Amino acid sequence: MKQMGMIAMGFYEIYSKIKDTDFDNLLQGITGQQVDRVIGADTVSENGFLALLSPAAGKRLEPMAQKAHNLTVRNFGRVITLYTPMYLSDFCTNECVYCGFNTKNPMRRRTLTIEEVEREGRLIAGTGLRHLLILTGEAPHQAPVEYLAECTRRLRKYFSSVSIEVYPMETAGYRALVAAGVDGMTVYQEVYDPAIYDRLHIKGPKKNYLFRLDAPERACQAGMRTVNLGALLGLADWRREVFALGLHARYLQDKYPDTEISVSFPRIRPAAGQFRPAVEVTDRELVQMILAIRFFLPRAGITISTRERPELRDNLIRLGVTKMSAGSCTEVGGRLDGEGHERQSDGDGHEGQFEISDTRSVAEMKAAILQHGYQPVSKDWLVI
Amino acid sequence: MDILKIGGQEIHNRLFLGTGKFASDALIPDVIRASGVQVVTVALRRVDFENQQENMLNYIDRDCVLMPNTSGARTADEAVRIARIARAAGCGNWVKIEVVKDNKYLLPDNYETLKATEILAREGFAVFPYMSPDLMAARQMRDAGAAAVMPLGSPIGSNRGLQTRELVRILIDEIDLPIIVDAGIGRPSEAAEAMEMGAAAVLVNTAIAVADDPVAMAEAFSLAVKAGRQGYLAGPGAVKMYAEASSPLTGFLGTDY
Repeated sequence: MKQMGMIAMGFYEIYSKIKDTDFDNLLQGITGQQVDRVIGADTVSENGFLALLSPAAGKRLEPMAQKAHNLTVRNFGRVITLYTPMYLSDFCTNECVYCGFNTKNPMRRRTLTIEEVEREGRLIAGTGLRHLLILTGEAPHQAPVEYLAECTRRLRKYFSSVSIEVYPMETAGYRALVAAGVDGMTVYQEVYDPAIYDRLHIKGPKKNYLFRLDAPERACQAGMRTVNLGALLGLADWRREVFALGLHARYLQDKYPDTEISVSFPRIRPAAGQFRPAVEVTDRELVQMILAIRFFLPRAGITISTRERPELRDNLIRLGVTKMSAGSCTEVGGRLDGEGHERQSDGDGHEGQFEISDTRSVAEMKAAILQHGYQPVSKDWLVI
Repeated sequence: MDILKIGGQEIHNRLFLGTGKFASDALIPDVIRASGVQVVTVALRRVDFENQQENMLNYIDRDCVLMPNTSGARTADEAVRIARIARAAGCGNWVKIEVVKDNKYLLPDNYETLKATEILAREGFAVFPYMSPDLMAARQMRDAGAAAVMPLGSPIGSNRGLQTRELVRILIDEIDLPIIVDAGIGRPSEAAEAMEMGAAAVLVNTAIAVADDPVAMAEAFSLAVKAGRQGYLAGPGAVKMYAEASSPLTGFLGTDY
């Protein structure tokens, strides 16, 4: 493993202490009574968090949900913040077996011009959304930091918050993007288990597990306002993965209290290529991990994307989620046609990173959230 | 008539309302009407001046006194910039300073808050600093020109009530500015308690916004605040901390003057 950019005493120090734990045995040994005690307690320790991820806790979802709901409403109100993703470039040098942007996947690729970025930004802003997430594959030559900075400066005219979900970079890169107006950063570790990580990431810079693991911390050090973590669910045993995710989030919360740490729960979706998930994560299990994280990290934001089906997303509104994407498109320039107008049809040989399940428009999403007794919020930050 | 004169305004209702957590902004007019609330705080980060359909300011009665807040600021500098944006956008000259660098408990940073208070008071704002109840910091806020100080009862959203009771009581006794208890008030009875102690007002958001019936809860809070205030003004009989001794130790001194 290369040591480039490794942070001394970073999260790996903590993770390496738990990674060889016999979790199966530990989780099986947790009793319903132990879970009940955790549900009733004021604060939840690491052991308590693990208990909430146990099979025994899986039989107590209703009392967990009641309390998680109350915790969320008290801390965040009856409010769901909306955002939408915008893909800037699908060039990628990585060979990740599960991803549609896999460098081996034969598809036409492109990087939007700055003008195209601004046009698509204007279209999105027309829906009223003020929070944007910009994404690229991992090909810094095709979408360098300076390009991302220029896109951000243009997009800041239309959006009060611009976040990035791009290749991991050094602290200086994040600092340059913060200076250009980026206020949030998302990076999914994909898999915390280093052996599985190594198997699924066949080639490319992403092979460097530690450089990716430390990326959120470098973003915190660069002054990023919000940092969002996730594990791609379906690649490994979810209980261990979510336990590692929770510890990672807690580690960053403790060390960088002025950064808002949030977590996402991306379940793997079909994409180009033949990959099928190693582990199926059911709806019940997804709910259990969301509730467990809410107990362990009462103030952390929780994001659910359009990877999930509309009915499920609607039901998750009351279970701890604070942020949702809407009107999503996982394809570069997917909202534009040749003239930069709103796109009418598909089929120009480009492909998205993965398939979307919830295809509702921003307006439909807002209506659905209101109908569930929550306020859809399009703007929750400002350019200062 | 019991009027709170503060920041150049005359306030008749000592319940101040926070707006961040409602299920719909459309509830806010009914909440204001039912409770008679006059002072309303709004996070500037949530206001979209460019989208009139979703501009929450449209739901706040024109007769209300707007108190924009700097929610999201992590430093004095950010708070100052947010306050200036609010004033430039026509939100008046009141500002509630919130500087929070701690995302786990959302506790305010008194030092940064003081720095922002100094700058904004000099610029003519009516400054309402949200703070941890610390006497020295409160004195400094007063000296810096704060219009009031806003100590927390317990952490934001915790609904734990007046956990900081003793420290707030000291501020009420020692600081010759209105003391407005902000954050943590979970029940009308706790709001009444703060007012009985001599708080000038209380600010409530979570307990009203997430109640099953926010309109009824706002009215309940308004009544509790009035009751607590009236109790304070009526001057409750002192609670005797000691029994009357049958053979007094100072009887030989004769009658008290």
